[in-house]
Amino acid sequence: MKYMLMIHQGTTPTPLDPAAWATLSEDEQQAIYAAYNTINATPGVTPGNGLQPPETATTVRVADGKTIATDGPFVDTKESLNGYLIYDADDLDAAIELAAQIPAARLGGAIEVRPIQEW
Amino acid sequence: MVAILEQTFRDEWGSVLAALIGFLGDFDLAEEAAQDAFAIAAERWPRDGYPEHRRAWLVTTARNRAIDRVRREQTLAAKTALLQLEEKVRGEMSPTTFRDERLELVFTCCHPALAIDAQVALTLRTLGGLTTDEIARAFLVPEATMAQRLVRAKRKITAAGIPFRVPPDHLLADRLAAVLAVVYLIFNEGYSGRGALAAEALWLGGSLVEMMPEQPEAHGLLAMMLLHDSRRDARRRDGELVLLADQDRSLWDVEQIAQGRAALDRAFALGGRGPYVVQAAIASRHADDPPDWRHIAVLYAELAQLTDSPVVELNRAAAVAEVEGPEAGLRLVDELDLDDYRYLHSTRGELLHRLDRDHEALAAYGRALALTSDDAERRWFTRRISELDPTHSPQEGH
Repeated sequence: MKYMLMIHQGTTPTPLDPAAWATLSEDEQQAIYAAYNTINATPGVTPGNGLQPPETATTVRVADGKTIATDGPFVDTKESLNGYLIYDADDLDAAIELAAQIPAARLGGAIEVRPIQEW
Repeated sequence: MVAILEQTFRDEWGSVLAALIGFLGDFDLAEEAAQDAFAIAAERWPRDGYPEHRRAWLVTTARNRAIDRVRREQTLAAKTALLQLEEKVRGEMSPTTFRDERLELVFTCCHPALAIDAQVALTLRTLGGLTTDEIARAFLVPEATMAQRLVRAKRKITAAGIPFRVPPDHLLADRLAAVLAVVYLIFNEGYSGRGALAAEALWLGGSLVEMMPEQPEAHGLLAMMLLHDSRRDARRRDGELVLLADQDRSLWDVEQIAQGRAALDRAFALGGRGPYVVQAAIASRHADDPPDWRHIAVLYAELAQLTDSPVVELNRAAAVAEVEGPEAGLRLVDELDLDDYRYLHSTRGELLHRLDRDHEALAAYGRALALTSDDAERRWFTRRISELDPTHSPQEGH
């Protein structure tokens, strides 16, 4: 089964916020990079992209044929998506185990695991 | 005759359903097929005689019905499924050697990716064989709500890929704890009044022990439930709560106490020292006459270490009060951060009363009264208040 692992950074320090990122020791920073490298190299994983912070988002709707673009993400800023990857796994347990390896899961964020619709 | 059928249904439903889910890979299809098979059994067995291998008969019959059902459906998906099924039937045709897959079933039903109320409902439905309506009534929700809960849970199992298996070793401890928690939750629902659920939990606990005889915590849970349940008839007098110390011991079920202690001994023999085992040990010491409070306090300390729970600390404080006096108990109680917990205040009230500080005791019982939503408890706290302060008119809470 294919799953999308949606990474919500929450309060996780990331390089996008240099001040927060600097609160981590060099070892911790290296460990985070290493964890993502390991995850992206895991068989079955199709790495996704990291996203710029939600403040950079634009939300688009069409009403009566008119395109309306508004500033900000669709969901609350603190709930918005920061990155994702696709994992072709045996079952949900395997997907949960991989999700638990993503640094955001232990550093103040959470990973949402969603099966991908198969047609 | 009906009794034999009912007993067979009771004993075999979970195993038959588990075997079918394992084989068919689909909860709904398995459930329908199992129901078909039991209906056919009810019709034929009294007429033609009871088969020697009832479970095998039921599984084989249900399996054939399921294949018929799939065959009738004309969709491509159904045809694909049918091919796989027929292949499997050819693969394993010895009807007496069905593997018991109830363990796979219970671990699937109690998967942490399902909401806890869904875990409870699924476990009662699949392993316990309760009908949707029975579960709905036990949990005081409309049948439609419960049906919806079951449908959604089964859909998630399929859609999210929750595996039908006993978890591998590195996941087993956590997942076993989840299974035991579901059974304990069912027991607690039953303990607070609805006796049928307590009986169901005891039955499930017995099944878990049978399926996992090497797991001390499973024995511990069963022991704890048996020991608590043994006091069922003594816990209430004329509808009012009776504290352990005031209970009529002749109403305790000695047979159940013996069974509970035997289960506890097995847990100990397996080296068990987990939370359920320790709680069972505490319940066992409570059944002594008089209770060994010193030992109970030590066990609560052990349990507090395991669970990190302030509620356990509160119980320890009550045991310490029995050994070292109310002052020592009160000191421990006042260190706890449990201000919203009614039993903290009722325990304080009792200890303050023993210290002749009835004025403060009254205030404490008042807090307990304000925090409870249970009618029997409300009456009990109200009674304590009027005993402590005769000028206080005995008014019912609401």
